[in-house]
Amino acid sequence: MKSIVVGSLESSDCLITISPHHTLEIVIESPVYQSFGKQIESVIQNILNAFSLTHVKVYCQDKGALDYTIEARLITAIERFKEAENES
Amino acid sequence: MKKYTNLTKLLNDLPLKDGMNLSFHHHLRNGDGVINLVLEQIEILGYKDLLLSPSAIFPSYTGILKLLQQDRVKHITTNYLNGPVANFLAQHGKPSSLKMQTHGGRARAIIESENKIDIAFIAAPCVDHKGRVSGLYGPSACGSLGYAMEDLKHASVKILITDHYVEHLDDSQVKDVDIDAVLVLDSIGDARGIVSGTTTITSDPIGVMIAKNASKLIETLGLIKPGFTFQSGAGGVSLRVTDFLKSYMEKHNIKASYFSGGITKYHVEMLEKGLVEKLYDVQCFDLDAIQSLKRNPQHYAISANDYANPSNPNRVTKGLDIVILGATEVDINFNVNVTTDSYNTIIGGSGGHADTASDAFVSIIVSPLLKARTSVVKEHVNTITTSGKHIDCIVTERGIAINPLRQDLLEKLKHSSLDIVSIETLMERAYSYTGVPESTTYKGKPFGVVEDRDGTTIDTLHKKE
Repeated sequence: MKSIVVGSLESSDCLITISPHHTLEIVIESPVYQSFGKQIESVIQNILNAFSLTHVKVYCQDKGALDYTIEARLITAIERFKEAENES
Repeated sequence: MKKYTNLTKLLNDLPLKDGMNLSFHHHLRNGDGVINLVLEQIEILGYKDLLLSPSAIFPSYTGILKLLQQDRVKHITTNYLNGPVANFLAQHGKPSSLKMQTHGGRARAIIESENKIDIAFIAAPCVDHKGRVSGLYGPSACGSLGYAMEDLKHASVKILITDHYVEHLDDSQVKDVDIDAVLVLDSIGDARGIVSGTTTITSDPIGVMIAKNASKLIETLGLIKPGFTFQSGAGGVSLRVTDFLKSYMEKHNIKASYFSGGITKYHVEMLEKGLVEKLYDVQCFDLDAIQSLKRNPQHYAISANDYANPSNPNRVTKGLDIVILGATEVDINFNVNVTTDSYNTIIGGSGGHADTASDAFVSIIVSPLLKARTSVVKEHVNTITTSGKHIDCIVTERGIAINPLRQDLLEKLKHSSLDIVSIETLMERAYSYTGVPESTTYKGKPFGVVEDRDGTTIDTLHKKE
């Protein structure tokens, strides 16, 4: 199954890539990682919990997005990911 | 004055030695060809323990980087740097290898022999056979040579390097100076890199809103009156403030006394419309400013000493009513950082920031409160460039903070409709969007200092790891 990519690399946005994985993995790249890395990780973790996803890799290329932007991008990615899963 | 056409021959005749202090200026900005040319020869000749005093360091100044990589530079004194040299120092800099000064502070240190320059290599766009110098003519014209003047007056050996050698220049920008030698080359720079890239008026809606707030603040404080004096940087928001002032001045028929600092086409336009009497130009930011220096007698090229030397009682900055400045970070004590980002990367430096903020009657910082997820206002700045006691107002898109030390300003704003809040409130407003940042920035070993204009150390620069 293919990876799903949502978002952009513009300032204040993020690019989320979600793909099937043998376990749960979250990778974050961010210019504000030192200040907000843990916060970004918990936002992603909470959404994944809400969708009960445990076997995916989420790669977040952050460009200083606020929490609601990351949430919106990730939820869209998950919805498309599930659609693709059902089609295949 | 001896004339050379070959750099190697010139260097053979100079009293070169290990540990010598070499100075350069940055008027050709990223298009400068002189600093790399000279330092490549110095590298070949094998000198070490060098002291370098360029007025600023741009990304293209790789000649410095090569010498640093070979551990042949003992110390660098400069006012502004970014790019590879800045990154190298922040990663590999030895203790006390960098001193960052202000434009006025550099002039003071050179004049007062605190910074003794052995040889000044001065890129000179136009030179005549008597050693008269002008920045106005030639393929590498840059306009004002403000930051090179003290080097040319006080260095032990003074060298001009030009690609436009003429019979006779009517007017020299550097007066009463004995030049030791002139080196005539095919080219001293790349004109495309000489013009600054930052001089476009902003049309970004947040930038326009900040500029509008700043102009309203200046009006409410009653600062726009006949004969007022003003300086704004060349940043897009600063220029938008200047543009708003222009409309106000036209409407109310007010003429300013002078504008100073880095000059752009927007300043020139106001001079030619009769909205301002004089321009005191220490650095031309665009071609319009260079052309204006040729045709407008009221547009003066001035030296860094005339501009901002704190020991010079007649300095231009001392008479400033208003200065508009930028900031990378501001803390709750109004200290401003324009030297590093929040993670110890050097991104610039004071230039004239501390000089003008210290002298102007009202200093105003214009900045977006939020730059992506980073709040400009925070509890502590990573590096202090300008002390908070000199910063009066912070203007953002989400409110304005006035330094409590300026009760006189707060009194005037008591009945204003402007969104005046405490600086803590500005910070809380930002954190309500971003969340509270973890203060985990690791500070590595110190490798340099930031110096205030009077020579006192105002902060320490730390390595990245």
